[in-house]
Amino acid sequence: MTIPEPRFDPSAEAGRATDGILADTLHGTSRGVVVDSPPGAGKSTLVVRAALELAAAGRPLMVVAQTNAQVDDLVLRLAEKEPGLEVGRLHSSDSDAYDKALDDLANVRKSAKPGELTGLPVVLSTSAKWAHVKNVEPWAHAIVDEAYQMRSDSLLAVAGLFERALFVGDPGQLDPFSVVGAEQWAGLSYDPSASAVSTLLAHNPELPQHRLPVSWRLPASAAPLVSDAFYPYTPFRSGTGPGDRKLSFSVASDGSGPDRVLDEAAESGWGLLELPARTTPRTDPEAVGAVALVVRRLLDRGGAAVSERSETPAPLTPDRVAVGTAHRDQAAAVRAALARLGVTGVTVDTANRLQGREYDVTVVLHPLSGRPDATAFHLETGRLCVLASRHRHACIVVCRAGVADLLDEHPSTEPVRLGAAVSFPDGWEANHAVLSHLAEHRVPWRP
Amino acid sequence: MSLISALARMEAVESGRAQPLATVRHRHVSARPLVLVPLTTAGEAGAPLGALVGTDAEAPRLLVVTQPRDRDLRFSFLADLAEEVLPYVDSFTDVVEAAERSEVDPETGKKVKVEVELCADAPQLIVPSRAGIEYVRLLGRSTRFRRTAEQDPETPFPAPPRVPLLGRWLTHYGDRALVPGSSLLLAATDLLNRHWATGQSSLEDQHLGALLAWIDPRDGESGPEGALRAEVGRDERGQLLCPPAGPATDPAFDNRLLAPAIERYDRARLALGAAEDGEAADAGLGELHRAEREVRRLVASQLKPTWDAVWRALGLLRELPVGARVEDRWTRDRWSFTGHRDRVVAGEPPQPRRDDVIAAASKLANRERAQGQLEAQEALDDPLVLAARRLAGEAFAAEVAEVAMAYTEKNRPRPLLTVRTEDRPHLAEKAKVFRSLDGKPQAAEFVRYEEDGSLVLRLLDRMGRSKEPAAGSVPEKGERISWTLFEHEQRVGPKLPEPEDTPWTHGGPPAPGSAGGTPRTDAVELPDAVTPEDVL
Amino acid sequence: MSASLDSGLPRPSQTTTLRQRLGELRGPGTAPRALDARALAALAANPGCRRRALLDGAGVDKAALASRLGSPAPFGQSQFAIMRGNSFEAKVKADGGRELLRLLGVEEPGAVSVPDLAAAGPQGRTARTALALREATAAGTWTLLDHPLVALEVAGSPVYLEPDAVVVSPDGRWTVVEIKSFPMIDGAADASKVGAAARQSAVYVLALERTAAVTEGATVAHSVLLVCPKDFSNVPTASVVDVRKQRSVTRRQLARLIRIEEIADALPEGTTFDVEGCSSAELTEAVESVPHAYAPECLAACELAFHCRARAREAGAVETLGRAVRGELGGLTTVDAVLAAARGEAGDPEDPAVAALRRARAMRQEALDRASAPSEEAGACR
Repeated sequence: MTIPEPRFDPSAEAGRATDGILADTLHGTSRGVVVDSPPGAGKSTLVVRAALELAAAGRPLMVVAQTNAQVDDLVLRLAEKEPGLEVGRLHSSDSDAYDKALDDLANVRKSAKPGELTGLPVVLSTSAKWAHVKNVEPWAHAIVDEAYQMRSDSLLAVAGLFERALFVGDPGQLDPFSVVGAEQWAGLSYDPSASAVSTLLAHNPELPQHRLPVSWRLPASAAPLVSDAFYPYTPFRSGTGPGDRKLSFSVASDGSGPDRVLDEAAESGWGLLELPARTTPRTDPEAVGAVALVVRRLLDRGGAAVSERSETPAPLTPDRVAVGTAHRDQAAAVRAALARLGVTGVTVDTANRLQGREYDVTVVLHPLSGRPDATAFHLETGRLCVLASRHRHACIVVCRAGVADLLDEHPSTEPVRLGAAVSFPDGWEANHAVLSHLAEHRVPWRP
Repeated sequence: MSLISALARMEAVESGRAQPLATVRHRHVSARPLVLVPLTTAGEAGAPLGALVGTDAEAPRLLVVTQPRDRDLRFSFLADLAEEVLPYVDSFTDVVEAAERSEVDPETGKKVKVEVELCADAPQLIVPSRAGIEYVRLLGRSTRFRRTAEQDPETPFPAPPRVPLLGRWLTHYGDRALVPGSSLLLAATDLLNRHWATGQSSLEDQHLGALLAWIDPRDGESGPEGALRAEVGRDERGQLLCPPAGPATDPAFDNRLLAPAIERYDRARLALGAAEDGEAADAGLGELHRAEREVRRLVASQLKPTWDAVWRALGLLRELPVGARVEDRWTRDRWSFTGHRDRVVAGEPPQPRRDDVIAAASKLANRERAQGQLEAQEALDDPLVLAARRLAGEAFAAEVAEVAMAYTEKNRPRPLLTVRTEDRPHLAEKAKVFRSLDGKPQAAEFVRYEEDGSLVLRLLDRMGRSKEPAAGSVPEKGERISWTLFEHEQRVGPKLPEPEDTPWTHGGPPAPGSAGGTPRTDAVELPDAVTPEDVL
Repeated sequence: MSASLDSGLPRPSQTTTLRQRLGELRGPGTAPRALDARALAALAANPGCRRRALLDGAGVDKAALASRLGSPAPFGQSQFAIMRGNSFEAKVKADGGRELLRLLGVEEPGAVSVPDLAAAGPQGRTARTALALREATAAGTWTLLDHPLVALEVAGSPVYLEPDAVVVSPDGRWTVVEIKSFPMIDGAADASKVGAAARQSAVYVLALERTAAVTEGATVAHSVLLVCPKDFSNVPTASVVDVRKQRSVTRRQLARLIRIEEIADALPEGTTFDVEGCSSAELTEAVESVPHAYAPECLAACELAFHCRARAREAGAVETLGRAVRGELGGLTTVDAVLAAARGEAGDPEDPAVAALRRARAMRQEALDRASAPSEEAGACR
């Protein structure tokens, strides 16, 4: 007897997950709640909502994020949602310590001294700044954002500031790292170089763990690949169905490689523009040129996106497009190439800086394209995951042929530390998985 | 590998000789280092076979464990090693200078300066290779929990008196070797590899003999020829011409020479034990001595070439002029040494098996700071290291084309410099850059690019208190200055909680009496269980 | 590219012809060598090397071959280590397997059966192992298989593998046991050695999964038991190592291997690696007819590494300086080409790699010149 699978209702699933998280956070007995959030699953929305509800319940709240940009972003979102809420922004004493946009918000108080922010219902700062806060009355509650990108030792430095906490993060993005060897502590539950969440759960295995099950960002074409390749043991689904999003162009293809790969990506959500195999320098002029040309054509062809957000086609403007690279010099080269083609307003950045951001279409220079070698840096799962999961409609990867062979020459021979938690998946394996999927959307380069 | 060092390696391939990777020496080399060349028994952790040790290149002390399975012989080896190492260490503990350290006053919670002792110099331990450093750590671990008869009259196999103390010092040195830029315990291969590029890979560079063949070749021999001879050359008996730098021995040596010699020693011991009369006993004793001498001779034959190689390496390093900021790092090493001296004197127990939560986090923070500092200092000390940073866009050399005075609203000087450079720094808007002014960093911020590609920088600090900048604090037109995008000094990290304040996220405060987190002054870890299987 | 590993060993007819062909390559009357720990490490370290793939696939004695080529492999084992290793393994397996089960966390196993696995030839031993596994799974008691032999298809040819032990639990779960002689000190061990052991065990797990697929009620644990001496004693201690990652990597590597047949077909007619029957010159020629992919990592894993290194150095390949060297060299693959480009004697200045090399050389030269000119002020930054 077969039972028909109940129809997957993403809103209901996501709503149930959020309700459970808020119930545990506001009314649970555990000191901590952990939430795994895959790309685009509404992490920021959850953080803002939890913050507002905690504030409404009269619980003094501190919010810990990892970068100043993340903190400022949360402040802006809070103010947008609840302009009347008094918010404290604790910042460093450097010049330009926070986004000047905060100066326009009436109820946001900014200070480098925690004492000047006492009594505010919500105070936000980076983990680095919180670590220097001493001799204060602990907060009743904390929200720790991007907790998987936070190191265990950073959590150690701030955990004394709060009684209870909600930890939110994406386990699939770039892991925290240390510039020196930390092998001697590998396998210890409190390995200072491990992620904050792994230490937290090693010491508090009974904490409730939740997962946001639906990615609202990734289209139906991308969620299965990203989920399988990067979250093999914690799958998620897309919030939209196969036909819910459409990308179309008003100008027909001219038959060139860039146009054909755009059509392929508009149709299937993925496109691989493959240049002839060649080992090249990092700033491979041809590949960089191809990336720029794809972006130029994307804008020239009058791209328009239909999605659940708007039924009428929304024009694909430069601010809805991003280019992702592995290295800074590649990003600089792409920016220069775009400038030569007269393109402005398109975001070009490295994976590190694209974390947490969202666009309609992304163009990615594959981290291994043209490389003569594949180092651990290039194989890191998080880097590829970030690059492959920023888009709402389509992702176009520009790459030299031969990466699969390159991977074969650079086998995964990682050392193994006894007792250390195994992080999944393996970078080598994930790279192969993504490549073999992209191969189905391959368009050879032809200018 | 940076492009500059890859290029140096290729130049080495072409010339058949190592090429410089540094123009100054980046590590402290003591006037009186203690060299230790250890060998271990294959297949068993921490079963020493022998060592050459000493401060005089011409007069090493040879220590040999004639039968590595014999616990008593192992202990006497360790006792002898302690007899060499500890007096050397002690010779540094009493020569002190006055220094200041800031401490938090427990009464007021304020920072106050306290006068403390700082050892004027510190012992330096040199081993042949990285495996040697690992072995020092292993010896430290295997000995620091041993109990002496004095500590514990009941202990079944008491260790000789000074062995646990030796273990504590070796542990401290092994731990300190993990701090980037520290020079308390160094491997000769690391020293050489920091300063020269060979025409082989970094894996092959771990072979001390091969490395020296590239850097300091014999007459008429090219680097690759000499290196190959060192790696695989064997005599007519199948023995390596250049024995491995240890602590592992060559299996061919173990199987063909050492094993028969040890067997002979075992037989002689048995025969002596079975001797029934004086004559047989005399003969047995003679044979035992001969057998023992043979094992010693064999072990020495494996150690001596490495001993000489280590001193050769030290000689090569001493020929390089020392980097200006090496002294600063050595001072930190002296603090580290003094600190451990004080812990030993205060009667604190040996270092625990594993760091507790707070110790682990603070060590990692220290090492990261040391790494940042080392990278900055090496670049500031050495134009060749700086060149790699310039090539990576993390620094630039520029000529001052124009200086225009400007002021803040509060009338503080903020001169604008227009500088020209051929380098391509990765400058973001308002990026901070630094130059070294009288050994201290002076900051500027990047303002804009000019039409002709030159950069405009705004000088930010170190110009004195008055409206007019102090003399010499503002660069002049025509001056050529190296700017870095990285900071020259590392910020001090946040203070971590005390062990008793360990937060719940990290397991909470340690339970009284438990290992790991307990305050160290009242916890002594149990020694390793000794079992009958403790020997082969 | 994403093809999964072929299930089951190749069809008999296919096997026979390939087996014949490999037999010819090995030389008449030479038994194939099992894929031992070192060969597995070499496979993991350099899966893309055709020379290694063919020689291992054919079961050629690479150590003997290397000696005949004039570059004997530097690997040897000290008799002290062998003695110690053997006595340790015996100790672990003593007491009818109870000690091993205790390490697995089973204090009261009841009766432990240790079946005799002796049989003639590798095929016989594999069949005997499969039978013992089936019986043990059906029996529902604890069973210890001491040195079982399992087969796995690698690059289209069957290879034999011998794990130290496999434990079958009453619920039909098979766990690979790997016994190593490096110590676990305070619960930690040399990570590169543990990594090698994990990769080795993952191959065993893959091979066992084949057999388990045709054995009712059987599952293969994706964690293996690594047994090592504790601290400085030879008292055994153990750690459970999750090898899911290594297993998935190895599975994909095996699926991507160039088939041995394909490599063999590209050889000139009559090529053989018969160590007994061929002259050194003939062997050298035979070896040179298969391309290698030398990298310094080979030195620790492959018997032929010194031979291949010499060839790679003669050719001026930049990989001899380490795989990482190639990172910023773009399309330049030889030392001469790199140096010529750096000096401006060759190369397209528009090529960023060439441009970077020229800047690197100029800066290096400038720094070295400054250092050797004593009149100038010392120090890089003023």
